[in-house]
Amino acid sequence: MSILGTRVVRTEDPRLLTAGGTYVDDLRLPELAGAARVTFVRSPFAHARITGIDASAAREAPGVVAVLTYSDIDDIPPPPPPPEGGPPPGSEAAPMPLGGPWQEPLLAVDKVRFVGEAVAIVLTDDSYQGEDAAELVVVDYEPLPAVVGIGEALAGGTLLFPDAGSNIPVAHPAGDLAFDGCDVVVEREIVNQRVAPVPMEGRAAAACWVDGKLTVWVSTQNAQISRFILAGAFGLDPGTIRVVAPDVGGGFGAKVGLDRDAIIVAWAARHVGRPLRWVETRSENLTGMTHGRAQRHTVKIGGTRDGRVLAYRLDVVQDTGAYPRMGGFLPTLTNLMAPGPYDIAHVVAGYRVVVTNTTPISAYRGAGRPEATAAIERAMDLFAAEIGMDPAEVRRKNLVPSDQFPYQSPCGALYDTGDYIGGLDKVLAGAGYADLRAEQARRRERGDVVQLGIGVSSYVEITAADADNGETARLVVHDDGTATVYTGSSAHGQGHHTSWAMIVEADLGIQMEKVTVKHGDTDEIPLGTGTYASRSLQLGGVAVHRANLEVKEQARKLAADLMEASEADLELDTDSGRWQVRGDPGASRTWADVASHAGAEGLTAFVHYTDGAPTFPFGSHVAVAEVDTETGKVTLVRHVTVDDAGTVLNPVLTEGQRHGGIAQGVAQALLEEMVYDAEGNPLTGTLADYATITAAELPSFELLVSETPATINPLGAKGIGEAGTIGATPAMQSAVIDALSHLGVRHIDMPTTPVRVWTAISEARASQ
Amino acid sequence: MKVTVTVNGRQVAAEVADRTLLVHFVRDVAGLTATNVGCDTSSCGACTVLLDGQSVKSCTVLAAQADGCEVTTVEGLASEPGEMHPVQRAFHAEHALQCGFCTPGMVMATVSLLAENPKPTEEQVRSGLEGNLCRCTGYHNIVRAVLAASER
Amino acid sequence: MIPAPFSYHRAWTVEDALDLAAQHGDDAKFLAGGHSLLPLMKLRLAVPQVLVDIGRLPEFRYIRDDGSHIAVGALTSHHDLAESSLLASELPLLAHAAGQVGDPQVRHRGTIGGSLAHADPAADLPAVILALDATLVARGPSGSRPIEAAEFFRSLFETALEPGELLTEIRIPKPSAAGWSFQKFTKRAIDWAIVGVAVQGSNVALVNMGQTPVRASAVEQALAAGASPREAAAHAAEGTSPTDDINADRGYREHLARVLVARGLEESRSRA
Repeated sequence: MSILGTRVVRTEDPRLLTAGGTYVDDLRLPELAGAARVTFVRSPFAHARITGIDASAAREAPGVVAVLTYSDIDDIPPPPPPPEGGPPPGSEAAPMPLGGPWQEPLLAVDKVRFVGEAVAIVLTDDSYQGEDAAELVVVDYEPLPAVVGIGEALAGGTLLFPDAGSNIPVAHPAGDLAFDGCDVVVEREIVNQRVAPVPMEGRAAAACWVDGKLTVWVSTQNAQISRFILAGAFGLDPGTIRVVAPDVGGGFGAKVGLDRDAIIVAWAARHVGRPLRWVETRSENLTGMTHGRAQRHTVKIGGTRDGRVLAYRLDVVQDTGAYPRMGGFLPTLTNLMAPGPYDIAHVVAGYRVVVTNTTPISAYRGAGRPEATAAIERAMDLFAAEIGMDPAEVRRKNLVPSDQFPYQSPCGALYDTGDYIGGLDKVLAGAGYADLRAEQARRRERGDVVQLGIGVSSYVEITAADADNGETARLVVHDDGTATVYTGSSAHGQGHHTSWAMIVEADLGIQMEKVTVKHGDTDEIPLGTGTYASRSLQLGGVAVHRANLEVKEQARKLAADLMEASEADLELDTDSGRWQVRGDPGASRTWADVASHAGAEGLTAFVHYTDGAPTFPFGSHVAVAEVDTETGKVTLVRHVTVDDAGTVLNPVLTEGQRHGGIAQGVAQALLEEMVYDAEGNPLTGTLADYATITAAELPSFELLVSETPATINPLGAKGIGEAGTIGATPAMQSAVIDALSHLGVRHIDMPTTPVRVWTAISEARASQ
Repeated sequence: MKVTVTVNGRQVAAEVADRTLLVHFVRDVAGLTATNVGCDTSSCGACTVLLDGQSVKSCTVLAAQADGCEVTTVEGLASEPGEMHPVQRAFHAEHALQCGFCTPGMVMATVSLLAENPKPTEEQVRSGLEGNLCRCTGYHNIVRAVLAASER
Repeated sequence: MIPAPFSYHRAWTVEDALDLAAQHGDDAKFLAGGHSLLPLMKLRLAVPQVLVDIGRLPEFRYIRDDGSHIAVGALTSHHDLAESSLLASELPLLAHAAGQVGDPQVRHRGTIGGSLAHADPAADLPAVILALDATLVARGPSGSRPIEAAEFFRSLFETALEPGELLTEIRIPKPSAAGWSFQKFTKRAIDWAIVGVAVQGSNVALVNMGQTPVRASAVEQALAAGASPREAAAHAAEGTSPTDDINADRGYREHLARVLVARGLEESRSRA
């Protein structure tokens, strides 16, 4: 019986539970002995000219090693121009930070463009001294008008980058779409609000240079990509750089690679000739770490009165914050997934990216796809309301039927496998949809203060979108019969050590307890891509599987030689982990025997798996909400889901990813928003104000099982990491609106906080 | 000033700045780094330890306020090295941790919760943990772990 | 994240505490549980140069039945208030409200005296002791003096305490009317009240509807004149000055006050 598909608790846990993880701030290494601490001086203005920096008082403060500004950076080459003839950076084919007029400096030069932008760094013996000294750095600012909000950015009254001539770094605007043949057309502007990733561990990095070689320990989702970034930033050969990802306290897309502040730390360590450590505070994190979402959508949906959607147009404006770090990457994915899981004949999607004087935007759990789903799901509900049809029924009429796979969407994605209608039916049955509607009707008739809302969402999403970057695995079977997997993936909570060990046990019969998994050190694993985009099982896990098979074939030869048998007569009993002659279990050899026989090169294989392709998990959610119509308070009562990411390797881990994803998705719909005032000051810059969700706001979730295997890889695996979030947000938002639909409420922008809900109720009542 | 705190049964005495937070005393003076700092507004609970048996946010207590007191961290829960306390075992069995950063604080908050309310309802568990943020698990399995540990 | 430097002095007796405060004047602040003061100091919004730690003075942690009133020592923690069986039977409003403050960790450290002296109008206990017509006992270098709750809260974070005075006790008359309710409206369970209402009998006090906790006098007058809970609640926002912030504008707060007062009065009646 294979271990795959069974419930296995994590091998990672005992250490984390008893000794705690070793995050960057916990490292106690000889290389970091005597490391100075880094404290940033950050801009309190959203948009200002810097007219002077006086660090003289700061330099006299106790424990100060150095105070550094842009003028001290004389030892980094300017960034290279984009490669000739290649796609322009920031286009869909090359999602990289844009250079040229949009260039982001390491430390602010003569301008700051967002509250929290790094202006200077203070190096001190300890972090307490750092806070004291940073307060003494005097920066003279000449405030400029702040561009806050998409409207202001598009109007272009103030330009963040005057040389660029506009606030629009990338644009592929949506073309027109004729809505011929549509009995009903609904158009609406909706907001997918800016949120903060808030991993429990913020950004952190430590760096030391020894004899021209740089080592950086960083809280990252990919050490190898971070090394590539550092090499580019310093104009160095990657071979002279080592990057280590220690334990990482969450990432959610915001720790892909390493960001400018970490690069500054690495530079400063060389500049002062002393190892450095930087661990940001939470307040720094809320304005210094990239934010997510921040799209404005104009959705237009049309169809027939019997529920068939014929046309859909999605126009996206992406607020990318002060620096376009991801070019058009995020809205490109939004446009790709615009039609969602629906078979819509005519779809047009486009986008513009704008800069504003706010924290830069990058990936956050779902990275462009939650936005697409939220838009089409709102559109479907608006259409359903317009034609007076049940929203689940409208979905069933338009979901891609199960016999249409692989399905080529009009936006260019090839949905591999799916059972969208089956998923919808399963979640409706699991939620007891008819009973819920009956309860809703009863409460409406009675005029209860607390009304019931039922939100239904269906979604499909793209995982391993960058499958061609692939993933690596190196397997070594040691002379004692234990094994080590060196993976290019980079778990920060996903449990890869457990999963990859399970795969080794399933393929080779080497017990999990004998399998060590390593990741995140470029000295040991120079080539790898990392963990984001829900890619690791279907790429990294498959790479492990392939390495297992290669080792198995090498082992077969070795065993044949050892046992003086022919290879064809040998079999590996994966239950016992022994090589034996078919039909003669008495003469068998262990992995230790076989590995010992391997000679100097050892028993090992390396795989760089690059012939995967993106896969498309799907699902449906039902959220049940109670809304207090006197106060606007929303309570999530139940959340039932189908999240189908193919064959499940370890239900324990898959469920955990779904739970966490649902919580973040619900949190966006209900509570979270990064708010800026008109001057670009963040109003939600601490965890007292930024409303992350707690256990008290959530119920236990009801997860239903659905496995529609991927066909592209032998594990049948797609990616589960972001699916829960993608499905949960629109279901939650929809439930709130649904609770009030009998009052005439058709839309409430997220987050559906009590004041917004009450405002919608008041306005609806006033207009009746 | 001199501060003496008994941490996990071991007396730790040091000359520290008056403004030293208890969490930094635990991490840097006592050398126990499992307890983490997750915020700066006493919101997240990652720094939760037991102070004379009660859960507190050690980032909002001065080491000086803990002078002469007993502090228990997650490293001090198990009775033997290599063993796990029932709450730790329950967290493991129920997959109540992913990245692990909130976990030490979550475990200590749980120990305190169950000491005060040995058989909580699900609702009492959820409100009992409202001072502990987790971004990875969605709390579902944490609640299961606390309920499982409560029945032992 | 880290307070500015200060010097810490532990007071071993109340006289110590008063002497230290007198010695250092404006440079000094008392430290009890620290859960109002330390968060401000960590953000450097408060920068006292001297902290006088009164947190472990043993003589101020008690909850005592003094016949006509309940006497609560100022250093009693919110946790102890919430768990007190004496309060559960005599002053359930106080016990319940104390159990709503912050979260369990905060309640283990925060004290009633600290919360009242800090005087944040968005906090739970100031409105509660106002509704309970409590008397606060302040002790200074020249002795103790009583301060009625109605006189205690002067303005935002400002009380009737003189510099160098310390709260030692809160005396709460046993209520003649048994009904009570505490309506705390938040976005999330751990949040400060967007608006809150404390009801004891026909006494109604409001959380976060002004610079101080306030009695909803127009409501109380209407009740005295025979109005029903809903009718009286219509006056809830009169005489209040709520602010606008990211959670609520003035109009919404006024609306919430009316809704929550109505619910509070109805619940109080059902318990009477």
